[in-house]
Amino acid sequence: QREDAAQLPQFILQAALDIVQDLAWTTSAMILKTIDKFNDLVVSVYVTDDHTRFMLLHDSRSDDGIKSFFQEVHELYIKSLLNPLYLPGSRITSSHFNTKVGALARKYL
Amino acid sequence: MIGTGKIKQYANVLDKPLGKGKQEVSLSAFAFLFSELVQYNQTQVDNISELETRLEDAGYAVGARVLELLCHRDKGNRRETRLLGILSFVHSTVWKVLFGKVADSLEKGTEHEDEYMISEKELLVNRFISIPKDMGTFHCGAFVAGIVKGVLENAGFPAVVTAHFVPVEGQQRPRTTILIKFAEEVLRREARLG
Repeated sequence: QREDAAQLPQFILQAALDIVQDLAWTTSAMILKTIDKFNDLVVSVYVTDDHTRFMLLHDSRSDDGIKSFFQEVHELYIKSLLNPLYLPGSRITSSHFNTKVGALARKYL
Repeated sequence: MIGTGKIKQYANVLDKPLGKGKQEVSLSAFAFLFSELVQYNQTQVDNISELETRLEDAGYAVGARVLELLCHRDKGNRRETRLLGILSFVHSTVWKVLFGKVADSLEKGTEHEDEYMISEKELLVNRFISIPKDMGTFHCGAFVAGIVKGVLENAGFPAVVTAHFVPVEGQQRPRTTILIKFAEEVLRREARLG
């Protein structure tokens, strides 16, 4: 195992960001599905209206599950965004948000 | 007890369903709130352009949130990628939800390629406001301009948005025009997308 294996998922996702940037303007759908592959890992992306990207790194799973997962996370994101004290684009620090995303991940993935 | 419905209490706002939201809010409540917002900001600044900037920033925060919320509610998760698409979204959907009616008109500027104008006979926010003569060109519609700017910028169409009074013959009160000037990259991208 390489020493920086722990940072590998982060690295793969950051590298895929450029692709998302270009792809986002070609379609008006929100789900961009699989946009990049790395070894046996796949990156799926969901882009919202204000170009917030939800990126998921996974080994190939069911498309529908991923789609529902993204949609529910989107709703959670909107609810946190509506908070007037939340600065759009900054980190979401709520632990409740974390728990809910974890629960959704277990449910759909 | 008569008439007590059980309203489900949610421990955390993230658990509450998004729902359709309240369709109507009291106009007087909003007018009071807005007038207080303007008055508070007046005490914090030294000149008019700072006041306009502050109002614009307040509107920007609203715009950013309105964009996501409305796209999710009304558009069933389709993003806007084209200029005309986002402009008509602002002109109809956003205006309808915020002010109860679609904007009076949406025009393309004749002099410059990157200018568009949304006109309104009387902005809702200005209805109970009168501007003293010594404030010159100050326009409380800077708040609405901020909302439009928030929507456009967050959707990926950066623009400079301002509100102006346009005198109309035969009418005592001037019309309001929201002038939208898009950044260069928007036009370039539009041309690329063809």
